[in-house]
Amino acid sequence: MHVRRFELIDFRSYPHVVVDLEPGPSVLVGPNGAGKTNLVEALGYLATLGSHRVSADAPLVRAGAEKAILRALIAHEGRELIAELELVPGKANRARLGRQPLPRARDILGALRVILFAPEDLALIRGEPAERRRFLDDLLVARHPRYAGVRADYDRVLKQRNTLLRTAYLARKVTGRRQASDSGDLRTLEAWDKQLAEYGSELLAGRLSLVEALAPYVTKAYDAVSQGKGRAAVAYKSSLDDERGTLTADRELITAKMLNALAAARDAEIDRGSTLVGPQRDDIALQLGDLPAKGYASHGESWSYALALRLASYDLLRAEGIEPVLILDDVFAELDATRRDRLAELLDGAAQVLVTCAVAGDVPAALTGARYDVAEGEVRRVV
Amino acid sequence: MYEGALADLIEELGRLPGVGPKSAQRIAFHILSADAHDVDRLSDALKRVKQLVRVCEICYNVSEEERCRICRDGRRTDENICVVEESKDVIAVERTGEFRGRYHVLGGAINPLEGIGPDNLRIRELMTRLQAGETKELILATDPNTEGEATATYLALLVKPMGITVSRLASGLPVGGDLEYADEVTLGRAFEGRRVLD
Ligand SMILES: Nc1ncnc2c1ncn2[C@@H]1O[C@H](COP(=O)(O)OP(=O)(O)OP(=O)(O)O)[C@@H](O)[C@H]1O
Ligand SMILES: [Mg+2]
Ligand SMILES: [Zn+2]
Repeated sequence: MHVRRFELIDFRSYPHVVVDLEPGPSVLVGPNGAGKTNLVEALGYLATLGSHRVSADAPLVRAGAEKAILRALIAHEGRELIAELELVPGKANRARLGRQPLPRARDILGALRVILFAPEDLALIRGEPAERRRFLDDLLVARHPRYAGVRADYDRVLKQRNTLLRTAYLARKVTGRRQASDSGDLRTLEAWDKQLAEYGSELLAGRLSLVEALAPYVTKAYDAVSQGKGRAAVAYKSSLDDERGTLTADRELITAKMLNALAAARDAEIDRGSTLVGPQRDDIALQLGDLPAKGYASHGESWSYALALRLASYDLLRAEGIEPVLILDDVFAELDATRRDRLAELLDGAAQVLVTCAVAGDVPAALTGARYDVAEGEVRRVV
Repeated sequence: MYEGALADLIEELGRLPGVGPKSAQRIAFHILSADAHDVDRLSDALKRVKQLVRVCEICYNVSEEERCRICRDGRRTDENICVVEESKDVIAVERTGEFRGRYHVLGGAINPLEGIGPDNLRIRELMTRLQAGETKELILATDPNTEGEATATYLALLVKPMGITVSRLASGLPVGGDLEYADEVTLGRAFEGRRVLD
């Protein structure tokens, strides 16, 4: 798939901008602060309903404006489709597909698939498990958009269940007594367990089969990016793993395990006032050679690892017949000349690649394609 | 800005669900320019609805009498009770024409985020009804969303030990939705295809 044209109204620094694109590689060049990342961030948002830089929507709307509009004309398998999103901070996004309003914004997921690599991705290696879970879940949705619904349902049940536990926890602080699990509103805990296990197992099974499919691509991509200097290996680490072994992507088994774990954790959950079982407690283990990447890998290694995770995601989706748009924000500045050329080779044959960079000279000559100048709120095609 | 009676009216209208400030203003001016008779009829209707309409003492559906039309209807069976969240869901199920039993209106769904637990719903009243022993099947028609599902599961856990068959509307209803908005055909089929919970 590729984006043929996109238009932003009051998104970030842009009052209004229209960019026409072509398949293959395009390089966006402009000085720091020119608005290059803003452009690719918009495409990332359209694809995932989230920004890779901020978790709240307010900074995405141009200062002084009330709402932002993102619109993209997407070409896919000979058909063209307009995807449109209206962003009003504090309110639910509104989405349209082919001019048709969608009942829920998340129904737009899947129309545009993007793999975006940005300097912020260093947090995939060095950050908290939540960063890596988000990486997995976004990829899961890009691979099978129906998981957007599973994730939303799971989050909702988790939030309700946590509120229930939290309320009981606070009541206990006031009265000094632990509420029995069969009294007050805690009687309803079991009713939430069923849904938690149902959606939780679906999400977990999805993540497990995703990591299994992704793992060989990560090893391969790291090998390519680092030019054979180290072996990267990824594995899913579930809080439900036990001495009998790690989880497999068997939903029924996971549901049963979750329900057992919930029963066993009942008192501890009431003591702590939050849900202690489920995929929100999981992580992916990133190994480099014999050591975990987190806490051990050098800056360059961590950076290559993060890039490898994105390139592997891209390769996996491509191998499965989904041709996402690949976006590399500020990637070449961090690489030496040989690695730049190597990466340019890896990008050969991609349906569409958007590359941003501040210094034109950082882009390897091997990366031929369209060039755009980004300056003063305008995007101009130069080559 | 407006003052006095007009401002009051705009403010009151603006409190209604689904009415924003702009519509409130439009409706207020419409009332202002309308025929005095029409406005009397409207204000009468508003007053009467508060005076006359209450909830049925058996099923908590809206009613002008102690017992609602459905609870008074001798042709309907006491063997099936359909549990819904709101009175408007009774109307939705009635429209399908698939159900000839009685209802029980809970007055909402379990929702910790909004501070609603079982004691804020008419669950104790439902249990009292079931203890009378006439009921053979309890049909859980709470909304097909997270809260409705949790409420149904909770009721099933309470009721099954009483030896009453508990069933849930078949999937096919748009998930995450409101029963009220399901069309007759979809809701009717969900009713026919309901599954017994075990
Ligand atoms: N909501 C907003 N309203 C107005 N301007 C904004 C908003 N958000 C960001 N900006 C402006 O956008 C600019 C940053 O743009 P962007 O991050 O795209 O730069 P860049 O071209 O990627 O730069 P670099 O090369 O440093 O990465 C900043 O000058 C910032 O002030
Ligand atoms: Mg940037
Ligand atoms: Zn009644």
